[in-house]
Amino acid sequence: MTRPTARGGSKTSADRLARLLNLVPYLLARPGIEVAEAAGDLGVTERQLREDLELLWVCGLPGYGPGDLIDMAFDGDRVTITYDAGIDRPLRLTPDEALALVVALRMLAETPGVANREAIERALAKIEDAAGDLVGAPVAVRLPGDSRRVEALRAAVEGGRALRITYYTAARDETTERVVDPLRMLMVGGRAYVEAWCRRAEAVRLFRADRIDAITELDEPATVPPQAVPHDLTEGVFRPSPDLPLITLRIGRGERWITEYYPCERVEAGDGEQWLVSLRVTDLGWARRFVLGLGPDVAVVAPVELAEQVRASASAALDAYAVPAPVTRLPDGEPAAAAAAVPSGDPAVAGRTQ
Amino acid sequence: MHVLGVSAASVYRVSRTRTERLVNLVICLLSTRRFLTAAQIAATVPGYEHDPDDARDHEAFQRKFERDKAELRELGVPLETGTASVFDAEPGYRIAHREYALPDIPLEPDEAAAVGIAARLWQHAGLAAAASSGLAKLRAAGVDVDPQATLGLEPMVTVDPAFAPLTAAARDRREVGFDYRVPDRDASSRRRLQPWGVVCWRGRWYVVGHDLDRDATRCFRLSRVVGAVRVAGAPGAYQPPAGEDLISYVARWSGPVERTGRATVLAAPGRAAGLRRWAVEVTAGPDGDRLVLPYADPDGLAGHLVGYGPDVRVLDPPEVREAVIQRLKEIAVRHDELAVSGGAR
Repeated sequence: MTRPTARGGSKTSADRLARLLNLVPYLLARPGIEVAEAAGDLGVTERQLREDLELLWVCGLPGYGPGDLIDMAFDGDRVTITYDAGIDRPLRLTPDEALALVVALRMLAETPGVANREAIERALAKIEDAAGDLVGAPVAVRLPGDSRRVEALRAAVEGGRALRITYYTAARDETTERVVDPLRMLMVGGRAYVEAWCRRAEAVRLFRADRIDAITELDEPATVPPQAVPHDLTEGVFRPSPDLPLITLRIGRGERWITEYYPCERVEAGDGEQWLVSLRVTDLGWARRFVLGLGPDVAVVAPVELAEQVRASASAALDAYAVPAPVTRLPDGEPAAAAAAVPSGDPAVAGRTQ
Repeated sequence: MHVLGVSAASVYRVSRTRTERLVNLVICLLSTRRFLTAAQIAATVPGYEHDPDDARDHEAFQRKFERDKAELRELGVPLETGTASVFDAEPGYRIAHREYALPDIPLEPDEAAAVGIAARLWQHAGLAAAASSGLAKLRAAGVDVDPQATLGLEPMVTVDPAFAPLTAAARDRREVGFDYRVPDRDASSRRRLQPWGVVCWRGRWYVVGHDLDRDATRCFRLSRVVGAVRVAGAPGAYQPPAGEDLISYVARWSGPVERTGRATVLAAPGRAAGLRRWAVEVTAGPDGDRLVLPYADPDGLAGHLVGYGPDVRVLDPPEVREAVIQRLKEIAVRHDELAVSGGAR
């Protein structure tokens, strides 16, 4: 949405002009507001605000005499606009501003389990109305989800108590009970998560709402330790860190979709139709299930132990089919510690689209 | 002046006169009903003083005035052009207050809070800036926004780079061209589209429109658009069909599936947790637990079950069982070869 600024005009000068045109109606609507409060509200320093007022004070209607200039009265630290020279209203919304607000409101209104949806929809209608024909915003949003489940989780998170949850961890294919102190609930990439301090892992974890199988509110308040820092999710939920195991697969044409679903470190064309794909995984046990699940058109190139695990697992499974005997168990050699190193927003084998 | 107690700020010394001139220009053009010519504006608004008879000076003024007009338009100031009377050849300028001013938006406190929350959801820098400058205008219109408000659950709104150009093109009804890469194909292909709108479905973005080369309705995933979106032709070049539910085009091929099939598998005790939570029936037995799993596509289920290796054995139906065995064989062979050729042992 960033457009080149007008030729010769610097970004700061355009920003400042926008701020000044806003400032007069802002103050006009709030007679006697404290300069500090206004500055805080407008996101500028008090010094900047005073400089803006100083500039406005010499602007006004042609003639530029005492009765033409924008005027203001000061009472201690409070300011009141006494003459607005005609800029009594803010400038209407630009198409980009209207779009940014309308789309975000539609996202909010579509979020399953969000509180006060009715107020969001009223606000949306009013903003669309004010933006007029700018916003037949050609953007539609649908975020399907289990809103009853999300609502129940939200209520539990808002209850401010510690929670006992039954959680399925796909990285280790296990369901565990744990006590968590919730921080917040959020929605990333169309999925709802509870972010919480996990007492078991002694770290902040993201729990996918659709993998929380049961929840009990405990009789104690949630106590989030001071070292708990929410995740930075600007890069997505799963941010592979370089200390995780790197696996390299040779994949056929039909499996190229994985490069869209998983953050891949490297994708290269191999022989014929094959691609060489490298990605970081939380856990080699997960990688084994992943590779087996992808099927025959995928071969492990590295690491060798993963190739061996895949082979061993496949032949052990075949043996079980050959002999109708009790199911054999694979030795449990999954490095659980590696899985604990990342948020449990583990990638599951996602369904394909198109 | 003394009440403010701030001397002229050196940081703003350059832009200050320019900003001052632009504020005065806006006020002047808002206050006039008549169209004012450039010469009339120069004679009125401080900062445009020049000698019209000096060619170089006059040219400098014209450049300055052009820049200022461009900056106002960039901000969204509706600068009207016209002539004051039929006898005037020179174009003049004015700003209609009705066009300039944000209409009154009577937001209740809970509505204002929702707008405040919405404005901070954008993870995309450009849209985040647009949302917060939009919110600043609402504040300037007298709306008070509670910065502490939350809705208990907030989406992070992320978009692909193609979002901005495609929404703008759909809004303006302009044709676009872009390179599109589907992973199944080896090369990207050039597509020409009349975009009708952009859709967010399950957290992913798509554009829906009329594909000019295929002469049919198509959707494209924004994350697959490679490079820049090129806008072609004039605005208003086409009319999207009225009353279309754009989401239905996307949801049609990525919607939920009915799981009517039932498969029975034997799972080793304490293993295959992922399958257990999906099972509609679990019966413990001497050689493991029998799970009944609903499924839609036998091959898809087979792939999923193979992931569990020897922890899961399919009992029924035969087509799933055979598919699993076939897959296991191929995987074993493939990785046997690899282990040998790659020197795995």
